[in-house]
Amino acid sequence: MNAASNLPVRAAGEAGPPPSRVVAVVGPPNSGKSTLFNRLTGLRQKVANFPGVTVEQHLGKLRIEDEAELDVIDLPGVYSLNPRSEDERVTLDVLMGRMEGVPRPDTILLILDVTNLGRHLVLAAPVLALGLPTLIVLNMADELERRGGDVQVEELARRLGAPVALISAASGEGYDTVLQFLRGRIGIPRPVELPALNDLPRCREWAARLGAEAKYLPPAPPVWTRRLDGLFLHPVAGPLVFLAVVVAVFQTIFSAAAPLMDLVDRAVGASGDLVGRLLPEGPLRSLVVEGIWGGVGSVLVFLPQILILFLFIGLLEDSGYLARAALIADRTMAKVGLQGKSFIPLLSAYACAVPAIMATRTIENKRDRIATILIAPFMTCSARLPVYTLIIAAFLPERPLLGPLLGTRAAALLGLYVLGFAAAVVTARVLKSSILKSERTPFVLEMPPYRRPTLRQVGLRLFDRSKVFLRRAGTVILAMSILLWGLAHVPTKNGKAPEIADSFAGTIGRTVEPLIEPLGFNWKIGIGLITSLAAREVIVGTLGTIYGIEGDDDGASLQAALRHDLTPAGAVALLVFFAFAMQCMSTIAVVRRETGGWTWPILQFTYMGVLAWVGAFVAFRLVTALLA
Amino acid sequence: MPHTRPPATLLDLRKGEEAILDRIDLPDDVSLRLMELGFLPGSRVAASFRAPGGDPRVFRVDGTEVALRCETAARLHLRPLPKPDAASAT
Repeated sequence: MNAASNLPVRAAGEAGPPPSRVVAVVGPPNSGKSTLFNRLTGLRQKVANFPGVTVEQHLGKLRIEDEAELDVIDLPGVYSLNPRSEDERVTLDVLMGRMEGVPRPDTILLILDVTNLGRHLVLAAPVLALGLPTLIVLNMADELERRGGDVQVEELARRLGAPVALISAASGEGYDTVLQFLRGRIGIPRPVELPALNDLPRCREWAARLGAEAKYLPPAPPVWTRRLDGLFLHPVAGPLVFLAVVVAVFQTIFSAAAPLMDLVDRAVGASGDLVGRLLPEGPLRSLVVEGIWGGVGSVLVFLPQILILFLFIGLLEDSGYLARAALIADRTMAKVGLQGKSFIPLLSAYACAVPAIMATRTIENKRDRIATILIAPFMTCSARLPVYTLIIAAFLPERPLLGPLLGTRAAALLGLYVLGFAAAVVTARVLKSSILKSERTPFVLEMPPYRRPTLRQVGLRLFDRSKVFLRRAGTVILAMSILLWGLAHVPTKNGKAPEIADSFAGTIGRTVEPLIEPLGFNWKIGIGLITSLAAREVIVGTLGTIYGIEGDDDGASLQAALRHDLTPAGAVALLVFFAFAMQCMSTIAVVRRETGGWTWPILQFTYMGVLAWVGAFVAFRLVTALLA
Repeated sequence: MPHTRPPATLLDLRKGEEAILDRIDLPDDVSLRLMELGFLPGSRVAASFRAPGGDPRVFRVDGTEVALRCETAARLHLRPLPKPDAASAT
C-alpha cells in the first residue's frame, strides 16, 4: 500500500500526458475533496462565485518544484454528472469548458472515498467519458488500512483505463503520486469501454465488477462512528450533548477570548500612541488617531472572539457532527414548515448570513429555499458579536451562574442567540403558512462517518476568516471611520472644528433622534445606527470615533462612555434592535442576486426593520418599568 | 396468517433488521437521488439509528448511512432477504 505501488504497470510505449496547466478537482460530497484542494494549494487560494450562478468556486495556485504554475479549481461535490441540480450543472459546464470566464480544465483529479469504493466508483464512468487525462485519487487510504480493507491499485487502474493513486489527503500519505501525475510523469493505461452513462443500475454493476476484479475488500464498518452515534443520537443524551456543546461555545467566547482581546487592545492602543507621537499636532493626527485608530482599532479587538467562534464551527463541520445536528433538528424544522436541510445553512448563518444564503442552493424546493433565505439574517452572525459583547460587558457584571461553567455574560449572549433563533422560527412559520406554502419535500441526507478534524484544515479556515475580517476592517470600517471623522469636523467654526453635536454628523444624528428616542437612544447612538447599515460591527467603530473625538482617549472607556449615554433599559433595547434589524449591505446584495430581484430584499429589510423598532420599543418600556 | 409479517417498507424495519429493496414509489427526481445514494432495487438495506423522537430515521445501504423522514421511508418497498438455507422455519 505504499506510494510507489500506485504507479500503473502498463505504461508501456505510452508517454504521459503533457504537463497540465488547469486542474479540476472533482468528487462526491464527503470524499475529502477540499482536503486535497487545500493540500495542493495551501494558502494560495481564493473563493469567488462562478459568473451568473450562486455556486462558490474555489481557485488556487500550485507550483511543483520549478515547473510552470498550475491553476487548480475545486468543483462542488456531486454524485453524478446528470445536470439536475445547480451544483451538477456547474461541474459539468466547467469540465466541458462551457463556463464563461473559467478556463477549460486539461486535467482532472477525481477523488473518491476508498472506504466506500463501490458506490463512489460510479462517478468514474461519466468523468472518464469526458476523455480528459484523469487521475483517480482513492482517498482515506489510512482509514481503509485501519479498518482492514484492501484494494489492488494496479489492477484497478488497468480495468478503469486510468491511473489510480491511493492516498490519504489528510496525512499526506501517497500524495507524491498526485504531484508526479500533474508533472506528466505517470503513464496512462489504454482506455476501456465504459457502461451506458444514463443507466444507473448498470453503472453500479460496472463499479461492483471493477471492485471485484481489483480484489477490493471493503473495510469493516466504522466502529467509532456507531459508538458516537449511539451517544449523539441517543433519545435523551443526544439533545443534552447538543445543548452542552452550545453552552461550552458561548462560555469560551467570553472567558478564553478575554486575555487575547486584552492583548490586541493593548497593541492597538500602543501603536496608536506611537503614531500619535510621530505625527505633528493638527487635523492629520486627529484623523489618524481618533478617526482611524479609534474606529478600526475598536473593531479589531473582537478578532479573537470571532476566531474562536469559527474554530468551533469548523470543528463541528469537519468532524461530521453537523449532519447529526441537522438530523436532530429536522423534526423542529418540520414543525415550522421547513426541513432539516434548511438547518445547515441556518447554522452557518451563525458565522455569516452571506455564505449561508448561498448555501441554500442545496434545498431543491424553491419556496423552502426563499423562506430559508428570508430567515437566515435573524441568526446571530459573527458581526453582531462585537456589538453584543461590548454592550453586555458595559452593563452586566460577570457573576457565575452555574459555577465556572456558565457566567451571567455568557448566559446573556446565549439568550440573544436564542432570541434571534426564535424570531427566525416564528417568521418561517408565518411565511410557510401563507405566501410560501408548499408541499413537504423529502429530506435525504447522507451521514458521513465521524472524522478527526486536522490542524491543517481548521488552521486554513481560521486564516481565511481572519483575512475576510481584516479586509472588512481595512475597507468598509476604515471608509466609514474616515467619512464619519470628516462629517464630525465640519462645518468649521472660526477655523476650528465644531463641537460634535453641532457638526454634520451631529446634525444627522439629531435628525433621526425623534425616531429613536422612544427606544431610549440618543443622537450619538443614532449616528451609529446609520453607519451600521453598512455592516453591524461598524457601530462599535463609530462610537469609538465619536468618543475619541470627544476626548475620552482611554481604550477601556468605550464601555464607560456607553454607560454615560445609555440607560440599562436603553442597552437592552439596543441589543434587541441589533438582534432583529437587517443592517448589512452584503446580505441585501446577496439576497437580491439569489432571489433575482429587489422584491424579496426590500420586503425582508422592511419587515426586519419594523420588527427591530417594535421589539426595541417593547424591551425599553418593559425594562424601564421593571427597574422603576 | 403468520404472527410476524415480513417488513413491507423501510418504515417497518426494526433497528438492526435487514431486507432487500424491491421498488421505490416516489417521483423520478427523488428516486434518482435515492438511487445515487445507494437505494438501488435489489440492494440490502438495514435500519440504523433514529433521531430523538423517531423521525427521521437512518438507514444503512451500500456502505453508507442515509437519513430519511418516515413519510419517505414508507414509500420504499421491501422484499424479504433470501433464505441462506432451508433450516430456518417460518
